[in-house]
Amino acid sequence: MLEIKNLRVVVDDKEILKGLDLTVPAGEVHAIMGPNGSGKSTLSYVLAGRDGYEVRDGGVTYLGKDLLAIMPEQRAREGVFLAFQYPVEIPGVGSATFLKTAVNAVRKHRGEKEFDALEFLKLVRAKREALGISEEMMRRPLNVGFSGGEKKRNEILQMSLLEPRLAILDETDSGLDIDALKVVADGVNALRREDRAIVVITHYQRWLDYIVPDSVHVLSEGRVVRSGGKELALELEQNGYGGIGLQAGAAV
Amino acid sequence: MATSRKQERSIPLAYAERYREFAPALPGADLPWLKNLRQEAIARFSALGLPSPRVEAWKYTNLSTLAKQPFVPVDDADIAVSPADVAALLPPEDGPSYRMVFVNGRLRPELSAVGELPPNVRICGLAQALTDEPAQLEPHLGRVAALNGHALVALNTAFMEDGCLIQVPRDEALEAPIHLIFLGRPGATPPAYHPRIVVIAELGSRVTLIESHVGAGQGVYWSNPVTEIRAEPGAVVGHYKFQDEGPGAYHIARTDVALAAGSRYESFVMAVGAGLSRNEIRVALGGEGADCRLFGGYMMRGRQHVDNTTRIDHLVPGCTSRETYKGVLDNRSRGVFQGQIVVHKGAQKSDGRQLSRTLLLSREAEIDTKPELEIYADDVTCSHGAAVGELDDDQLFYLRTRGIDEAAARGLLIEGFMGELADEIGFARVRDRMLATVSAWLSERREEAA
Repeated sequence: MLEIKNLRVVVDDKEILKGLDLTVPAGEVHAIMGPNGSGKSTLSYVLAGRDGYEVRDGGVTYLGKDLLAIMPEQRAREGVFLAFQYPVEIPGVGSATFLKTAVNAVRKHRGEKEFDALEFLKLVRAKREALGISEEMMRRPLNVGFSGGEKKRNEILQMSLLEPRLAILDETDSGLDIDALKVVADGVNALRREDRAIVVITHYQRWLDYIVPDSVHVLSEGRVVRSGGKELALELEQNGYGGIGLQAGAAV
Repeated sequence: MATSRKQERSIPLAYAERYREFAPALPGADLPWLKNLRQEAIARFSALGLPSPRVEAWKYTNLSTLAKQPFVPVDDADIAVSPADVAALLPPEDGPSYRMVFVNGRLRPELSAVGELPPNVRICGLAQALTDEPAQLEPHLGRVAALNGHALVALNTAFMEDGCLIQVPRDEALEAPIHLIFLGRPGATPPAYHPRIVVIAELGSRVTLIESHVGAGQGVYWSNPVTEIRAEPGAVVGHYKFQDEGPGAYHIARTDVALAAGSRYESFVMAVGAGLSRNEIRVALGGEGADCRLFGGYMMRGRQHVDNTTRIDHLVPGCTSRETYKGVLDNRSRGVFQGQIVVHKGAQKSDGRQLSRTLLLSREAEIDTKPELEIYADDVTCSHGAAVGELDDDQLFYLRTRGIDEAAARGLLIEGFMGELADEIGFARVRDRMLATVSAWLSERREEAA
C-alpha cells in the first residue's frame, strides 16, 4: 500500500530524512520508533503534504500512485489520514460543522452520497460514544478548550469517520492517561482491517502493548536503521536505543 | 494665515455652498426654531468645512473624492420603486416588524408598513412630524447629536429632509423591532440625502431598531444619516445596522447616544457595502450603572474603504462598556478602526474593554487601528487590544488534511472568525442575518475567483 524509497527531505536547508526506505502492506500495523529528532514527525508531515518540506530525492508510492505529486486535500480524499501529534485549535469553527464538511468532501470524492444533518448526527453519535466523547464537546469550536486527551480522541473520531486506507498516528499516545490510552487504543484497534494500513509513531513501548504491531522500525538520523517484529519494541524498552548501537537523542 | 490653515484642514464642498438655493424646499421651512437651528448648522458647517485628513479624527478617511461629486438634493418624485424592488435588495424578514422604507432619504408610505402601535408609542416620519406636530420634535431634535465640532452632523442638521421620530413611553416594552430601510437609488445626477433618526426611550422602556442601508445599481450617491438616541433610566435599546450600500455609494453615518442611570444600549453594525463608508458612534454614559455594548463587523474587497470610529465617555461612576470590532479585508480594500474611551474625573469603578481584530486576505489590503484610552479616575478597569493577521497556515493545513479543499478551508476559517462575533449579538434575528451576510459575502468572493 505504502512504499517509500530512498526518501531525502530538506527542511530549512537542513536534511532531516536521509534516504529513508519503508514498505507497509495493506492490513498491517507498523510502528516507527526512534529518538527525538530522528525524523519521525517530518515523515508524517511529508506524507500528509505539508508545505516547506523539500524532497531532494527518492519518492513515495501510495496505492501505485506518486503520493508526493498530489495536494494535501486530494491525499485525504484518496484515503491518507494523519492523526496529528498536536491537533490545531480553530476558534469559531464548530466541531460538528467541521466534521460534516470533511466527511462530505471525502464522500463526494468517492462518489458516495453526502450525509444530511440528521444522518450525520446519528453516525457521529455511535462513533463518539465509543471513544467517550460527549455531545457537548461536539458543540464547541474545533479543539478549543479540549484537554490533551480530548484532542487525541477527536483525532481518532475523525479517522473513524473518514475511513482512510492509510492512517498515520503521530504520537497519539502522548498526553493520554492510562484510562484514555486504553479507550483510544480500542478505538484504533476497531479500525484495523484487511484493506487498511496503520503506521504508529511512538516513543513508548507501552502504547504497543495496546496496539500490537506487525512490524517495528527504528528510525535514526533520517533513516530506518533496524526493522523487526513486535519483540524489537520490547528490546528497545529494556536496553534503550544505546542497546541496539544508537545514541539516544544523538541526531537532535 | 488663518485662511490657509482652514483650507488645509477642510475640503471645499460646492454642494453645501448652494444651501440658500436649496433651503426653501426643506420641510419645516416655516418653523422659526427649526429655521434657526438650520441656520446655525450651516454656519457651523461653513466654519468647519468638510474635514480633510489634516483633521486628526479624519486622518485615515479622505473625503476629497466625495467633494468632487456633483451632488444635488434629492427630488425623488419621479423615481418609481415597487415593493419588489425593495424586497430584491434585502433578505426575507423572518418575523413581524414596524417597517418604514425610505427612497433616497424620503419616506415612502406606500412601501412602508408600520401598522397598529401600542398606545402612546410614536413611530412616524420626520417630515410628517414637522408638519403635523412640530412641538413634539422641538425638545428632542439636535439635543443628543449636538452641532459642536462635527461638520457632518452640522451638514445633516442643515439639510435633513426626512427621517424618523421614535418615542417609546414609560415601561413600554416594544416587542417587534422597528425596521428602517434606506434605499439609495442614484439617477442622472448623484443624489445626497441626510436622514435624521430621533429615538427617545423613556423610563424603563425597551425598543429595538434595525437599520438596513441598501443601494440599487452602480451609480454614485451619498447617504449622511444621523441617529440620536436618548435612553432614560432603566431603558434598553438595541440598535442593529446592516450597511450594504451600492458600490458607488458614500455612506457617512453618525450615531449619538445618551444613556441615563441603569439604561443599556447594544449596537451592532455590519458593513459590506459602499465604496467609502464611515460609521461613527458616540456614547455618553451619563448615569450610574449605564451599560453599552458596541459590536461591529466588516467585510471589504476591491478598493472599498470602511471606517469605524467610536468614542465612549464614562462620565459617572459604575458604568460598563464593551466593544468588539472584527473585519476581513481582501484585495486592495482598506479599513480604519478608531476607538476612544474616556473615563472622566470621578468616574470610579468604570469598566471598559475594547478589542479590534482584522484579518487581511491580501498583501495590498490595509488596516489602520487607533485605540485611545484616556483615564482621569484612579479606580477603573480598562483594557484594549488590537490584532491584525492573516489566515493561519497550520489551521489551513489541518483542514486540508481532512479532505477540505483550500478555497473551502479559507472560507471556513473566515466564517469562523466572523462567526465568533455573532455570539455577542443579543437579538436572534440579527444574529442569523449577520451569519447569512457573511456566507453571502464568501460565496460572492468564490464566484468572483472562479
